[in-house]
Amino acid sequence: MSSVIGIVFIAVGLAFDLFGCIGLVRLPDVYNRLQAATKCVTLGTCSILFGTFLVVGFTSPGIKSLLCIIFLVLTSPVSAHAIARSAHRSGIKLWDGSVVDRYAEDKEGEI
Amino acid sequence: MKTLRWFIGLVILAAIVVLIIIRPLPFLFYHGLPYLKFLGRALYIILLSCVLCLYRVWRGPTGADRIVAIDILGIMVVGLCAILTIPTGRSWYIDIGIAWALQSFISTLALSKYLEGRGFDE
Amino acid sequence: MKSKIVLFILAFLVWSLLNWVPDWQHLVVGVFVSIFVAYMTGDLFIQRPYVLRHPLRYWYFITSYIPVFLWECFKANIDVAYRVIHPRLPINPGIVKVKTSLKADTALTFLANSITLTPGTLSVDIDREKGILYVHWIDVKVKDIESATKLIVERFENILKKIFE
Repeated sequence: MSSVIGIVFIAVGLAFDLFGCIGLVRLPDVYNRLQAATKCVTLGTCSILFGTFLVVGFTSPGIKSLLCIIFLVLTSPVSAHAIARSAHRSGIKLWDGSVVDRYAEDKEGEI
Repeated sequence: MKTLRWFIGLVILAAIVVLIIIRPLPFLFYHGLPYLKFLGRALYIILLSCVLCLYRVWRGPTGADRIVAIDILGIMVVGLCAILTIPTGRSWYIDIGIAWALQSFISTLALSKYLEGRGFDE
Repeated sequence: MKSKIVLFILAFLVWSLLNWVPDWQHLVVGVFVSIFVAYMTGDLFIQRPYVLRHPLRYWYFITSYIPVFLWECFKANIDVAYRVIHPRLPINPGIVKVKTSLKADTALTFLANSITLTPGTLSVDIDREKGILYVHWIDVKVKDIESATKLIVERFENILKKIFE
């Protein structure tokens, strides 16, 4: 029974991974790509790891996959934050259809 | 025009997914458990996502796009290792996954520092 | 010193989970490795160790933070999948400024992570002195600080204030 639920979790995770990668190809600039890819791929991979834990049970790979979920949830938003900040500081503009950019206004005021 | 491009992309992706589902699998996935065929198809779908990421690495207009794609590729390889654990029964695949996740995180931080144009020792 | 002890316990826990089912040889090696790690990097880990002594904080963390976070994360994924496969690509992006009243480092880190994994928002930069976060929003509804703060930050800020301060 638990293996069937695990298979369902793995299938949901695969669908979210695929949507995240389509977003990585379709969206127009760095920040939008970063949003779609980080959210979808992080939750998709965590769902795959949780499905692996449900299939194999409390054995050594199951415990390791639970640890790996904690590592991923803690580290992937931090790396997305670092990429967004350094991209904005190195001068990459937002997409032309963007509405507002308070960060550039404030940095203009400082310098 | 835009709708036409969307439709062509949708048809190509759907064709690849259908091809993955009806294609026969290598014999590694034929012994024992009933869900092993599903896991073989899951590996191919993750490889399709990795190919989409590699497209962004190839045609990224700026360096930041390439760094984003490499980061996402690193997270997806962890999922690939987790799926490979189940049909083979070897627990060291998930060890590779954990090591890959931590190493990818550190290399992404170093690449973003490099993109910002400052030294590494701050 | 207390920070080193906390880091020793955490490192030993991670070591014994990595060597599941642990026997005594693994545990002896793990004690030495954890002492080495805690001796080298213990000072950087926690600034205020007395916070960890409250049992009520763990209770709030499990019962009120984790369900809200998982539900928002799931909604975020449905939202992104809808925007990505829509043919006209309904996005309206921009960077807005929000205010926060949290002060502690751990609370700010958790707030930025929660903002990144919830629907449509991504934290770009943080200003510690003024308490200002810059947030990239994929569908900008309002532009001024107060209403953006009410829409983005408030559902996590009250919970995190109860947990970490």
